[in-house]
Formats: sequence, structure tokens, C-alpha cells
Amino acid sequence: MPRSDFRRDRDESRMRLSAQTSSVGRMSSQPAIEAEDLVKHFGDTHAVDGVSFTVPEGSVLGMLGPNGAGKTTTVRMMTTLTKPTSGTARVAGHDVVKEPAAVRSSMGLTGQAATVDELLTGRENIRLIGSLYGLPSAYIRSYGDELLERFSLTEAADRTAKTYSGGMRRRLDLAVSLVATPPVLFLDEPTTGLDPRSRVELWDVLRGLVKDGTTLLLTTQYLEEADQLADRIVVIDHGKVIAEGTPLELKEQSGKAALVVTVSHADQLQTAAGLMRDLVDEIHVDESARQITAPAEGLRDVHRVATAFESSEIVLDDLGLKRPSLDDVFLHLTGHRAEPTTEEEATA
Amino acid sequence: MTDVDISKAATAAVGRPEIRNTGLLRQSLSIAKRNLIHIKRMPEMLMDVTIQPIMFVLLFAYVFGASIDTDSPAGYREWLMGGIMGQTIAFASFIVAVGLTADLDKGIVDRMRSLPINPAAVLVGRSMSSLLHSSIGIVVMSVTGLFIGWRIRGSFLDALLAYALLLMWGFAMIWVGILVGSAMRSVEAVNALMFATMFPITFLANTFAPTDPMPTWLRVVAEWNPISSLVQAVRELWGNSPAAPDSAALPLQHPVLATLIWTVVITAIVAPLALRAFGRRTAT
Ligand SMILES: Nc1ncnc2c1ncn2[C@@H]1O[C@H](COP(=O)(O)OP(=O)(O)O)[C@@H](O)[C@H]1O
Ligand SMILES: [Mg+2]
Repeated sequence: MPRSDFRRDRDESRMRLSAQTSSVGRMSSQPAIEAEDLVKHFGDTHAVDGVSFTVPEGSVLGMLGPNGAGKTTTVRMMTTLTKPTSGTARVAGHDVVKEPAAVRSSMGLTGQAATVDELLTGRENIRLIGSLYGLPSAYIRSYGDELLERFSLTEAADRTAKTYSGGMRRRLDLAVSLVATPPVLFLDEPTTGLDPRSRVELWDVLRGLVKDGTTLLLTTQYLEEADQLADRIVVIDHGKVIAEGTPLELKEQSGKAALVVTVSHADQLQTAAGLMRDLVDEIHVDESARQITAPAEGLRDVHRVATAFESSEIVLDDLGLKRPSLDDVFLHLTGHRAEPTTEEEATA
Repeated sequence: MTDVDISKAATAAVGRPEIRNTGLLRQSLSIAKRNLIHIKRMPEMLMDVTIQPIMFVLLFAYVFGASIDTDSPAGYREWLMGGIMGQTIAFASFIVAVGLTADLDKGIVDRMRSLPINPAAVLVGRSMSSLLHSSIGIVVMSVTGLFIGWRIRGSFLDALLAYALLLMWGFAMIWVGILVGSAMRSVEAVNALMFATMFPITFLANTFAPTDPMPTWLRVVAEWNPISSLVQAVRELWGNSPAAPDSAALPLQHPVLATLIWTVVITAIVAPLALRAFGRRTAT
């Protein structure tokens, strides 16, 4: 069958399905992913120790935590690969223990290590998984080409995955997971080990998926990643959820934004401090950094201070608003930093 | 339309293709096909059923051949062939174990287990490709044998039965391979273990030398070795050896029946252990 026919088939099924959305609309209060008090023990190790969260349809949950926090174990329970010691979880409304087959039909998984088949070409990897999903081979061919194109793998499509770079493997792994268009996607540390450019590229791809309506649960050790992609974040450490909220809420938990002014010449620091005292309630002067810090509400404060400095003789290096990073949040919550050390990264 | 489930709702926007459960056979075939592509990409994977046994045939036939006395009508070289085929098919366990451990280790098995397929497809597919792998060895051995003077001197049906017994044996060995593959953590460990066990086991038999000149205790061990029954059976069926002498152990007196019993017994004991080991390995 020619490719275009299959494209049309897909369009038709799109219409058929969208005709049902009115009845679905009333029911979609049900979250796409749900975990209730999930526990997993390995002997004495409490890998996951009572984790609960819900992910509304079409949104992104970032599960943030350091190495060994229990992220992979949680994902493995959600994707039916390992049974919870206790607690329940549902994916697309299906219980992961009681209806594993239904769960597997509704989700895609990209594991922590890229599990593409190294001896198969990119195209063959997609074909293998597509055929295991029972998709028609003409469909796999046409949609596979579309995926390869979307993930910038068209040129490498007929090379064995062994020859791919880390970023290409990750993208292929993701493309393979998408061949059956799962409504829910689990990504376990999708960008660990990638260079910054590949990471940003992958983020763009993930944003595209979310725009198309995919529900995403992604784990990460990178605070910036959760900040960039997630609608909500659960922070986990030692198998427990220690904080939850939107990226902004979490940042606000650990303090307000600050206005930071850096003067160019040390001898103007005191003059600058005097000027600022008239404008804001309290300031903190750091002589060695030639910096003055003050609590700020928002951009209005920045504007006020900037205007004042403009009409003075003081030369500034920098003036800006500094919001607490998620790194500060993590430190605030746990007393230790979340970013992996280079050593951990190497073994991850 | 009230029971529309959420998975459809979520994908209404992207138009989801229909996932079909194509059944264990088709799923296993897909996985077996993938394993065969591996062989195509790395033909050196076939060395264990080509170069290695050919080398054995040549070494044994020409180095030891002159000094080993057998009852075969066409001499040691012809007698040797049943032995080398028995060893080749016993090594099917090796092939399964190496492949399975590699897939477990690389997360391929978990990838498959996260798909809506019959969970057994991973094992069945692996078994299919491994049996084919071993069968290539049997064909290569047969052709090599023809070159050095081996002939099938029995009836066509008997010859066929001999090949069928070899395949059955391969089936039993698959379970051993799944057990070992599930228990071991790396391909290197599998190699070390299999090398240290399968080689002595396949040598401590009637594979390469007749058992009657052996010291009594060794002879008893060798003749009760299940592989000896298989080797004796194919030799007799191919007309490469007369029936075992009255002094031989019971299984060798009725080698075809003994081989059938051995394969059933091995499968009955090892298969449940193998499935449990695989289940445990993949459950965590
Ligand atoms: N199969 C297992 N057997 C024993 N302990 C395990 C197993 N898997 C994970 N763990 C332990 O559980 C804890 C959480 O691990 P994991 O879920 O992999 O964390 P993360 O993915 O956040 O790095 C760690 O202490 C880890 O050593
Ligand atoms: Mg992990």
C-alpha cells in the first residue's frame, strides 16, 4: 500500500477519535498517571518509601532527585517492570499490577540507559518495536520515516546504532518509543550524559510532544531540566517526596527574589550603597564582590533602582533580579546539593 | 460511548494507530528475526558452530584418528561425526545463555517487557534463533563429514530420526541456557561457566573416544552421561556404529529410547528452574 494511504488512514482515525472527545471530555478529570503511597523494598533497602503523585492529562511531571533517590525504581513500577511492595499506581486509568497489559498498551518508556539495539539500524529498531506492537508494516515504514525525520536521524537511518553518538541514540530510543503514539510517556533521565547542545535539542523535541497532547513523566538529576520542561515537580530523596509544586512555587519556598547590583569601581561601592538605602528597606553589601543585594518584589524594583543609578555618576557592571535556582531549593530542602558529582555521572 | 477510556482521549489529537496483539508466534518470530540480523551483522558469531567444530573434526580425525580404535565400519573419522554433532547441539545452551545475558544486561529484555506483548516472546524468540544457529552447525558438520568420508549408511527415515533427536536435544539445552543466562550477570561470566562445565561434560562421554577401554568408574560415568545416549543413537541410526556391547550401561543398550527419556527428564527438571530464574531476574 502506498504511503499516502496510510497517512490518510491516520487522519481518518484522528477524525474518528476526535468525534468521541465530547463524551471523553466529561471523564477526563481522571489523571493520566497516578501513584498512591508506592513502596518498593529490596531487602533492607527502602528504594521507594511511600511516593504519591498525580499527573493530569497533557501535562509534564518532573521527578527530581539525586542519584539513588528512587526515581528509576518508581518508573519501573509505573511501567509494570517491577511490582510494588505496596501501594497502587494507575497509568491511563489502568492499574499497573492488575492490568499490566492495558498499561503497556497506553505508555511508552525510554529507560535510563538508551536501550536501542546496537546491531540494528535506526530504521530496523523502529521496525522491530513497531511490529511487536502489531502495527501494519506499511504504517511502520511511513510513520517511522516521519519520526526519523523529526528526530534528525534520516541520514543515519540505515546505519547500525553502534555508530551513533550518545545524543543520536537517545533520540532513536525516543523515536522507537513513539512508534505506537503512546498517550503517556515515561522518560528516565533522558539527557544524562548528553552534551549541552544535544540536551537542548532533546528538550525541544519533548516540548513538541507535549504540545501534541502527550502526558510526560520525566526523571532528572538536573534542576534546570525540571525547570525548563515540567509543569509540576516532585522532589524526591531517599525514596520519599520531600517537596512538590510548580517550579515557581518551589523556588518561592526557599526565599524571595533578590536585586543584585555590581559596581565597576570599588571606591564607588559606599556611594552606591547610600543611594540604594534611600530606595529599599534593607541592603547587604559584599565588599569583595563589589555587590549590593536587596530583597525585591519584581521588575518594578529593578526599574526604580536602575533609573536612580542612571542619573548618578556610579558605573555599574551589572544590575538584575536573581531568583533562587532549584539548586538553592534542593539545598534548602535537604541540606545537600542535587547535582550529580562528575564521578556519579560517569557511572550513571 | 460512555466507556471510552482515557488512553483514547489523550491521543485523540495525534491519531493513534491501533495496537494489535499478534500473538506469541508472530511476536517471537519478530524477535528471532532481530537475533538473526545480529548474526548477519556479525558473522563471526557463527564461529562456534563452524570453524570450531570443523577444527575439532580435523584435529581428532587426523591427530588421534590413527590411534583410536572403534567398531565403525568406516573407521574413526566416520565414528567421530556423531560425537561432534552431539557436542555441537549441546552447545546450543551456550548460545542461548550468551544471547540472553547480553539482552538482559543491555536492558533489551526490559524494553521488550514494557511492550504489550506476550512476556514469553523474548524467550521463545531467543530459542528459535538459537536453534537455527545450532542447526547451521549441524548442516556445516554434515557437509564437512561428507568431505572426510562420513556417510549415512542407514535408512532415510532412520537418518531423519537421528536429526530429529539432535533437534530435540537442542530444545532441552535451551532451558539450560535460559537458566544459566538468567543467573549470570555478564557475558564473560557465562563464557567462563559454560566453558568450565560444558566442555568437560561433552568430553566425558563417548563423543570422541570409545568408552569400553576406560577404567570402570570412568566408563560408568561416561555411559550414563546423557550425551552418550544421544551420540550412540545417532551413530546407530546413521549406520556409523554397531549396537553397544552387552557390557555397556543400560541407556546405551536402548539409545533412542534413552535419548527421548533424557530430553524429557532434563526439560522437566530444568524448565521450571529456568522460568523461575528468569522471572526473578526480571522482577527486580
Ligand atoms: N534491583 C535492586 N536491588 C537492590 N537494590 C536496588 C535495586 N534497584 C535499586 N536499588 C537501590 O534502590 C535505591 C534507589 O535506586 P534507583 O531507583 O535506581 O534510584 P535513582 O534512579 O533515583 O538513581 C538505591 O539505593 C539503589 O541502590
Ligand atoms: Mg535512575
